[in-house]
Amino acid sequence: MDRLDIETRMKALLVGELGLEADKINNDARFEEDLEVDSLGVVELLMALEDEFGVEIPDDEAESILTVGSAVDAVIAKTG
Amino acid sequence: MERRRVVVTGLGAITPVGNDVESTWESLLAGRSGIGPITQFDASNTKTKIAGEVKDFDPDVYFEKRESRRLDRYVQLFIGAADQAMVDSGIDLDTEPELRERMGSIAGAGMGGLHSFEESLDTLRSRGPGRLNPLTIPKLIANMSAGMAAIRWEFFGPTNCTVTACAASANAIGDAAEVIRRGAADVMMAGGAEATVSEFVIGSFNSAKALSTNNEDPEGASRPFDLNRDGFVLSEGGAVLMLEERERALARGATIHGEILGYGMSTDGFHVTLPRPGGKGQALAITAALRDAELDPSEVQHLNAHGTSTPANDKTETAAIKLAFGSSAQSLAISSTKSMTGHLLGGAGAVEALACLLAIRDQVVPPTINLHTPDPECDLDYVPNEAREMDVTTTLSNSFGFGGHNVSLILGKHQ
Repeated sequence: MDRLDIETRMKALLVGELGLEADKINNDARFEEDLEVDSLGVVELLMALEDEFGVEIPDDEAESILTVGSAVDAVIAKTG
Repeated sequence: MERRRVVVTGLGAITPVGNDVESTWESLLAGRSGIGPITQFDASNTKTKIAGEVKDFDPDVYFEKRESRRLDRYVQLFIGAADQAMVDSGIDLDTEPELRERMGSIAGAGMGGLHSFEESLDTLRSRGPGRLNPLTIPKLIANMSAGMAAIRWEFFGPTNCTVTACAASANAIGDAAEVIRRGAADVMMAGGAEATVSEFVIGSFNSAKALSTNNEDPEGASRPFDLNRDGFVLSEGGAVLMLEERERALARGATIHGEILGYGMSTDGFHVTLPRPGGKGQALAITAALRDAELDPSEVQHLNAHGTSTPANDKTETAAIKLAFGSSAQSLAISSTKSMTGHLLGGAGAVEALACLLAIRDQVVPPTINLHTPDPECDLDYVPNEAREMDVTTTLSNSFGFGGHNVSLILGKHQ
C-alpha cells in the first residue's frame, strides 16, 4: 500500500462510516477541533482504522494521533 | 393558592399507522391497521412473524448522518416526534432563551436500545470485549431520549426517564405535568418511544406466550376485547406532547390542544406479567386520576383502553373500568387504538394520550377494529369497528405495565 492508497481509503472511511464532510478532510485536519469528532468518536475512528487496515493501535500510541495525517502515518508505520 | 394548570401546546407522532400526527389520526379514524409481516429481521425462526413497524422512517429528515448513526432507533423515533411537537408548539428557544432554564423533558421507554444491545452482543461473542464500540452504552441506555432532547434543543430544566414497561410514556406525561404543577418548570417535552422489533424481543415475548401468532392475518391479529384474541402485536414508534403552564400558553397566544386534568397511579402487587384478577389494582389508578381531576365518573365520556388484545388484560381491564366507574361504565365509549397500532410498549401511552386529545379536538372517537365476536367477559361499549362522532370533553387513557404498574391520565377540552 502506498501513502496515496491509504489516504484514499481513510477518507472513504471517515466519510462513509463516520459521516464526516469530505471537503474538510486533509492531512492537517485535527479530529477534535476541525472535524468536530469528540473523544468517543476518536476511539470509534481508531477502531475502524484497525479493522480497515488490519493493524493494532495501542492506547498510548492512540493518544498522539490527533490529525488525519498522523493517523495515516501510524498506519504506514505498521503496514510497512 | 390555586394549582397551576397544565395544557398541551404541541403534538408529534411517529407510529405504525403514520409518520406524523395527522396521518396517524386519519388512519385511526379510518380503522386502518399498521400491522404487517416483519421486515426488520428474518423472522423465519420466530413463532410470531408480524409486527407494527414504522414504515419508511428516514432519519435524514431529522438528523445529520453523523448524528443519527450514534443514536439507537428508539431515540431517533422519539426525537423525530419531539421535533414535530416542538414545531407545532411554536416555541422558539432562540427568541426566548430564558425559557431554556424553565424547560425540561420526561420520556418513557419500556426497554431502551435493544437493537444496539443485540448488535453489541454479536460483537462481544464473535470478536471479544476489546472490539465493542465506544458508543455501545450511550446507544442502549433507556434514558437517552430525554437526554438527547436536552442536548438537541439545549434546555437545562428537569429531565427524567420512566421505565415502567408498557406504562412508561403515560407515566412520563403524568410526571411531567406534575413538574409544571409544582412550579419546577414551565414547559415539558413529554412522551416516549420504543423500537424493539427484533428477534431477541419477539422470541422472548413468544416464550412468555404474550404475542399473537396470527401470522396469516396480520391486520386482524390485534383484536382487543374479541373472544378470539390471542395476544398482543409488538409495535414500535411513539409520540410527544409539549406540556405548558396554562397562563404562559395563554399569554403567548399558543394553540391549546387540551388540558392534562388528572393523573393516577397504582400498582397490582401481584405478578411479573399478569394483572391482578378482578381489576382492583387497575381500578385504583382510574379512581386516583378521577380524584386528582376532581371529576365524577359520569363526567368522562370516552376512555382509551390499555386494550392489548391479550386474554388476561382485556377482561381484567373491563372489570377494572366497571369497578372504578360503577354504573357510568355502561355509558362510556371505550376505544382500543392498539387494535390498529399494535402495542408500542413504552411508546403506547403517549400515542394513546394523543389520540384522546384529537378525539376532543374533532369530536369523534376512534374505533376498536377486529371486534366481531364479543367476549362475554368484555361487555362494555368498545366502539366496534367504526369511528363514532360524539360530544367529548373529557377522556381517560389507561396504560398498564409488566411489573403491575397502572397509570391513568385524564385529558380534557381546554376551557
